[in-house]
Amino acid sequence: MGSQGGFGQSKEFLDLVKSIGEARSKSEEDRIVLREIETLKRRINEPDIPKRKMKEYIIRLVYIEMLGHDASFGYIHAVKMTHDDSILLKRTGYLAVTLFLNEDHDLIILIVNTIQKDLKSDNYLVVCTALNACCKLINEETIPAVIQQVVELLGHPKEAVRKKAVMALHSFHQRSPSSVNHLISNFRKKLSDNDPGVMGATLFPLYDLITIDVNPHKDLVASFVNILKQVAERRLPKNYDYHQTPAPFIQIKLLKILALLGSGDKKSSEQMYTVIGDIMRKSDTASNIGNAILYECICCISSIQPSPKLLETAADAIANFLKSDSHNLKYMGIDTLGRLIRISPDIAEQHQIAVIDCLEDPDDTLKRKTFELLYKMTKSSNVEVIVDRMIDYMISINDNHYKTETASRCVELAEQFAPSNHWFIQTMNKVFQHAGDLVNPKVAHNLMRLIAEGFGEDDDMSDSQLRLSAVESYLKIVDEPKLPSAFLQVICWVLGEYGTADGKYSASYISGKLCDVAEAYSSDDVVKAYAVTALMKVYCFEKAAGRKASLLPECQSLLEVLSASHSSDLQQRAYEFQAILDLDANAIENIMPLDASCEDIEIDKSLSFLDNYVLKSLEQGAEPYIPESERSGTLNISKIRNHNAYEHPTHSLRFEAYEVPKPVVPTKIPSTVTYPTDIVPVTVIVSEPSYQPSVQPSWPLVPVSDAGSGSGSTELKLRLDGVQKKWGKPTYSSGASSSISNFESDRTTVNGATQINTLISKPREPRQSNVEVSEEKQKLAASLFGGKTSRSKKKQSGGAAGHSKVSRTTNHGEDKVQPAAVPVTVTTAVQPPPPDLLDLGEPAGDTSSYSSTVDPFKQLEGLVDLSQDVNATASATTSNGPDLMSLYSDADLNGSLNQNPNAMNGSVNPSKKTASLTKGPSLKDALDKDALVRQMGVNPTSQNPNLFSDLLG
Amino acid sequence: MIHFVLLISRQGKVRLTKWYSPYSQKERSKVIRELSGMILTRGPKLCNFVEWRGFKVVYKRYASLYFCMCINQEDNELEVLEIIHHYVEILDRYFGSVCELDLIFNFHKAYYILDEVLIAGELQESSKKTVARLVAAQDSLVEAAKEEAASISNIIAQATK
Repeated sequence: MGSQGGFGQSKEFLDLVKSIGEARSKSEEDRIVLREIETLKRRINEPDIPKRKMKEYIIRLVYIEMLGHDASFGYIHAVKMTHDDSILLKRTGYLAVTLFLNEDHDLIILIVNTIQKDLKSDNYLVVCTALNACCKLINEETIPAVIQQVVELLGHPKEAVRKKAVMALHSFHQRSPSSVNHLISNFRKKLSDNDPGVMGATLFPLYDLITIDVNPHKDLVASFVNILKQVAERRLPKNYDYHQTPAPFIQIKLLKILALLGSGDKKSSEQMYTVIGDIMRKSDTASNIGNAILYECICCISSIQPSPKLLETAADAIANFLKSDSHNLKYMGIDTLGRLIRISPDIAEQHQIAVIDCLEDPDDTLKRKTFELLYKMTKSSNVEVIVDRMIDYMISINDNHYKTETASRCVELAEQFAPSNHWFIQTMNKVFQHAGDLVNPKVAHNLMRLIAEGFGEDDDMSDSQLRLSAVESYLKIVDEPKLPSAFLQVICWVLGEYGTADGKYSASYISGKLCDVAEAYSSDDVVKAYAVTALMKVYCFEKAAGRKASLLPECQSLLEVLSASHSSDLQQRAYEFQAILDLDANAIENIMPLDASCEDIEIDKSLSFLDNYVLKSLEQGAEPYIPESERSGTLNISKIRNHNAYEHPTHSLRFEAYEVPKPVVPTKIPSTVTYPTDIVPVTVIVSEPSYQPSVQPSWPLVPVSDAGSGSGSTELKLRLDGVQKKWGKPTYSSGASSSISNFESDRTTVNGATQINTLISKPREPRQSNVEVSEEKQKLAASLFGGKTSRSKKKQSGGAAGHSKVSRTTNHGEDKVQPAAVPVTVTTAVQPPPPDLLDLGEPAGDTSSYSSTVDPFKQLEGLVDLSQDVNATASATTSNGPDLMSLYSDADLNGSLNQNPNAMNGSVNPSKKTASLTKGPSLKDALDKDALVRQMGVNPTSQNPNLFSDLLG
Repeated sequence: MIHFVLLISRQGKVRLTKWYSPYSQKERSKVIRELSGMILTRGPKLCNFVEWRGFKVVYKRYASLYFCMCINQEDNELEVLEIIHHYVEILDRYFGSVCELDLIFNFHKAYYILDEVLIAGELQESSKKTVARLVAAQDSLVEAAKEEAASISNIIAQATK
């Protein structure tokens, strides 16, 4: 189609492209590009460059920018080129500026004028080009300059222009919704445009508008349903078909819109049921695009008012997705399952084995999606298994973005569903240890508060047990290198508060650990502050209890270092500590009462204890205090700052951060007294480190606190009350027998699971019979889904049920052996990667499903590659002539289409000569191209033998 | 919506980039580096999707070339996979058995075609015929302009003789 007329550029540029193509390393590529940049900088500023030459320079700029280098020196020339009268140059100019400039670039203002002019052009192609540029370049400020013209173009006789005008308005709407709001009626009108392309384009802005507010568009439901029906019935022109499916992209967009419109609206939803049902029935599950529509239908069904019949169809479709060999479809299956379980929780039950297969799949994308599903279906009965799995996964990934997400999900689930506080603390420890810097600091404070407040207000025993277990776990962990800061803060605080509470650990032992922490993390001021305050508490508790308390030498030296610290906070803490050292036990007990972190501190806001002092001062002739409001001009800034927080809480603007609440002593004191010598205010500060300002008196973790109230902290219980019926049949009664043994089984599967994870990377063995799902997997399913074991028990005979019980009790021993079976069944699905030659873009699962369709492109898959690769590599060694000949001879020899499956099956058969000859002229084209390129001296090297291979081949 | 389109060769060389959302030059290089590291190493039978920074990247391999598109979480991956295929089919029609080399040397044409397929990060035309017609119209106009320019320069050459 007119593209074969050579490459139309100068030798110089072709050489550049060639040398980039042959560059063996990124640094070599960079060197070549930098040289090119130098050349262009020089050339482009020469006077009187012929326009054609300039056009080539601009394309070269595009090229170097595409390779990731800065071509900003030439932007202005690209802008100038848009002003040109010749459409040839104008088009190049517009292409370059749309690629170079983001919408906020300064040069855009220079283009707006040109765009305005071009939108008025008689030539519709110029208008199209200008509209393309509008979509990328017109920003919020410049929208008013062009919007009127664009709206007028909605009535242009050419459908291509109308379509682009709609899309331009759509992009304006995305940038500044208010600018387009008055045009809603225009969009609605365009919905009935007689060109399907324009109608299809109109769906984009309408979708956006409906996303923002559904209500004004409810009346369109009937129209959308009608359009969808027509599309599905193939009323659109044939050329909108895509692989025998009628206008699938329009169908998908319409389904998205209907999903929004029908959400929570019974009346609208009812209008859609028939058409959605029809589409699902008609959809071609063998093709990718058919499945895309199916997926969108399921999304729509899960969003609108549920219809039992449609839900059933959707569940069937999901089952097919999950059963498919294609990873893509499995992924979609997991996704849709996650959508549908919100409406009908039962449907996951039948897919549990498939879900677990996906969870253990080597494909990380699929795994991640499955974790998302698990996250959605977590409840009290399976939280332990799921969170354990998530933590294992979190530890295994490096991607910070997903580590953070997984960590926060773990925290969220643990806070919401924790079966016991002990488990909660253990889980939190793990999360902190591996992702501490990534979780929200609030979580750390919540954890501290949980330990401090305990869960049973009337049960001191379990509280202290909990604390002891926390202290023990932290003493174990604290020596590990490189703990995250947030976690260390928790550790220091807990050790300080409760380290010596039971008398199990001596004060000097705890102090030693704390000193170690302060030393090991000497660059972290916050951790040091926590450590010093903790040391102080340990010392105070010792002394208050009447024991002989002495400071360790390392503690002494730490204090000395800190009292000269650059951080005033650390200094203050160090000095406070030193001040405390001189006090007697009685005073200390008042300052640092044992286990008082939860008690409210009464603050004497009127500072009545100073009344005597004030009175005495007044008697001695000091000036009385004048309240701020009564003072005249003497008001100064610093005073405002001091008083603001307390005396003017409603002050409208504050520019400083809120300070930590401290009793502001000096307000009533005559100016001669600079700082109170009394120690009392200090106690208020030290008993609560200033890093916990976000701690509120109320306790948000309600489920946790009431969860544990009855049970001991070490004995874990599943909380099954009222939830187990959600999944599967209600066999898990909340009776006593289920709880503990059930947990046992959970535990072991988890152990097994971690082993599985490590085993997955091992070499794969031939697939075993997949009919029988391994027991291990069933157990995991049972712990995740709750209902499965009961189901399988029911299906099996009584004896089998008994057997399964036995296996449960013995599965501690089995663990070591069992996991080997699981990875086999899971991972053998992935065959060894085929050699390069056959490594095609299409996953095998897809092709197998495609093979039944009549798509000519798909059928060709794998045919050309083989032959051309052989040729290409051969050509590196042989001369040009014979190579070309061999290509021809290949063409003559060409194999039949039927060989496709063989080629696809991965059995490399080098003797097989295949070539494509479906499109008559195209082979000749390819040869011409090949010859042309070789003339220019581009030879496919062994580095990239595929350069010539047909992309669709 | 589609945030960007990337064409990367198996060796990690960039063949085409189109950004529909604003990314600075620095971010662009980082994105390409990150994604080529992720996508080129994936095995042949895995999903054609990767999750990345809260987005999803759908990719498909054709011979030695990877076509990647970055989309939002809530978008339909299978649809985007077909949009990629749609684009490749149009390229194939235009170039006649398109191969990587066509795109290397005619990258600007690949851009023009892409501009007819996608606009503002959305699929603007799902009819291959319509796209082909429009691109051909532009090409013929360009040819005409070329001839005109050639004739003018001929006239000038004649005149200055």
